[in-house]
Amino acid sequence: MQGINWTALIIFVLLFGFITWLGFAAAQWRKGDLDQLHEWGLGGRRFGTIVTWFLVGGDLYTAYTFIAVPALAFGAGAIAFFAVPYTIMIYPILFLVFPRLWHVCHKHNYITPADFVRGRFGNRWLALAVTIAGIVATMPYIALQLVGLQVVIGAMGVSGTGYAADLPLILAFIILAAFTYTSGLRAPASIAIVKDILIYVTAFAAVIVVPIELGGFGKIFAAVPPAKLLLAVPGANTTGVYGVYVTLALGSALALFLYPHSITGILAANSGRAIRRNAAMLPGYSFMLGLLALVGFFAIAAGVGTMPEFAAGFKQFGNNFAVPALILHSFPSWFVGVAFAAVGIGALVPAAIMSIAAANLYTRNIHREFINKNPTDKQEAQMAKWVSLIVKLGALIFIIFVPTQFAIYLQLLGGILIIQTLPSVMLGVYTRWFNDWALLVGWAVGTLTGVWMFIAANLTPNYPLAFAGHTFPGYTALYTVIINLIVAIVLTPLFNAMGGRQTDATVPSDYHA
Amino acid sequence: MDPQTARRGWNWWYLLLVLQFVAVLWPPFYNAVEPSWAGIPFFYWYQMLWVVIGAVLTAIVYFATEA
Repeated sequence: MQGINWTALIIFVLLFGFITWLGFAAAQWRKGDLDQLHEWGLGGRRFGTIVTWFLVGGDLYTAYTFIAVPALAFGAGAIAFFAVPYTIMIYPILFLVFPRLWHVCHKHNYITPADFVRGRFGNRWLALAVTIAGIVATMPYIALQLVGLQVVIGAMGVSGTGYAADLPLILAFIILAAFTYTSGLRAPASIAIVKDILIYVTAFAAVIVVPIELGGFGKIFAAVPPAKLLLAVPGANTTGVYGVYVTLALGSALALFLYPHSITGILAANSGRAIRRNAAMLPGYSFMLGLLALVGFFAIAAGVGTMPEFAAGFKQFGNNFAVPALILHSFPSWFVGVAFAAVGIGALVPAAIMSIAAANLYTRNIHREFINKNPTDKQEAQMAKWVSLIVKLGALIFIIFVPTQFAIYLQLLGGILIIQTLPSVMLGVYTRWFNDWALLVGWAVGTLTGVWMFIAANLTPNYPLAFAGHTFPGYTALYTVIINLIVAIVLTPLFNAMGGRQTDATVPSDYHA
Repeated sequence: MDPQTARRGWNWWYLLLVLQFVAVLWPPFYNAVEPSWAGIPFFYWYQMLWVVIGAVLTAIVYFATEA
């Protein structure tokens, strides 16, 4: 183990030690019976506006986000900034749609989006489709958080040969698994407070200190090659990269709150009002994300890509090494420890929430629905605890044994899969008009088309839709959810005429205060 | 405004939220370096500004529609 940055590592370990303690202590916070699934899996639905801000912020803005978005800016330039319009558009959606979901889930003790779909549409197979989409989309995302952790551990010089190199990751996993098991959602909620403070400190420091070191924004942007500085103007007969940019932003915005971990974070709030307030307050994180995308450009201007001391890091982690390299280059070792701890802890928070969300889905919507129909509260909570452990273990094994690129492909595909639940979940909170079987067929068509387009585009999420002599390259998720909706709309009157029973366990007043 | 209807169904204030979408969904409008600000190209500061404006609009809608 040569070349370890000891100062950084010590600070990193101290901060990690602190949040480990916090994760276990969280079991006592707003104390509840953790043998009840809604206490373990939703923190007892007791988180007020401020805690929700930290939790959802820590949930949505993950370690992977902080590494991958600047990495994209570093490598591909302006297109990485789609993350900003994306996060601009999510908040009206959060404001309008999700308080309604909160109210109906609170009223009926629904813990997962599939619970809601089951009650609203009375169709266990539609609920299963929502469940499968949720679990499959979440798993690679957990794995990618561990990648973020791997990058900063490697950047501190901690390395080894063979599987010894994965020892720190395994240790972090054990800590994560342990406090999630004991404390449930309260653990990442409490740790999110620490993590988000550290992330804001790091981001603001980076955005103030580095430009000063580099001589100002003018010089930084001048160092970015013109081809990367702006979006390339599309050629004739194509919407080109403009179409990609806009569909990526809109499609990602629609998909984000359909992910089980996003919904878990929202359902843990104590009121619809906390959610609405957060729709106005969470943009603070978007601003920070925009700054971080620019940090990718700082890395270009600082020339870290060509510095010999970072050659090994770039070789191992590719463009994901851009931000760690810049931090190593620009800050004293003690701050490097703080910044890397922010990213590392920033991996644990969403990984914990994602594994809890996946566990809730399995427990309620697969196990209780199809296997053991009448579990006691304790059995339910216990099952979820075990499943969350297994899910994390699966992600760890995946990251250790499978090339990272594969995890990235799966996560991109995940966005395409999860958006197919939009008609049932997002439109379902507004209207019962759709026929449940029509929704299921729409989901299937959207999913299959999405997978097909993903493969046809060489395992990338943007598909060059072509007709009438024009090409419309764009985000497959957006195109396929439109197809999904069209199918559901066309089939609904048809299936209703064939004699569908419209069951609905909810009433209109369930959706608001 | 009657508190019951304020929470239920449509409210004209919600139209304010559409502004954020419209502002960022047309790249040809903002895909430019000039007018730059503090050395930052228009493309970047325009979108960052809309993060802030969007938050303000959401806050306005929140207060206007809260009972």
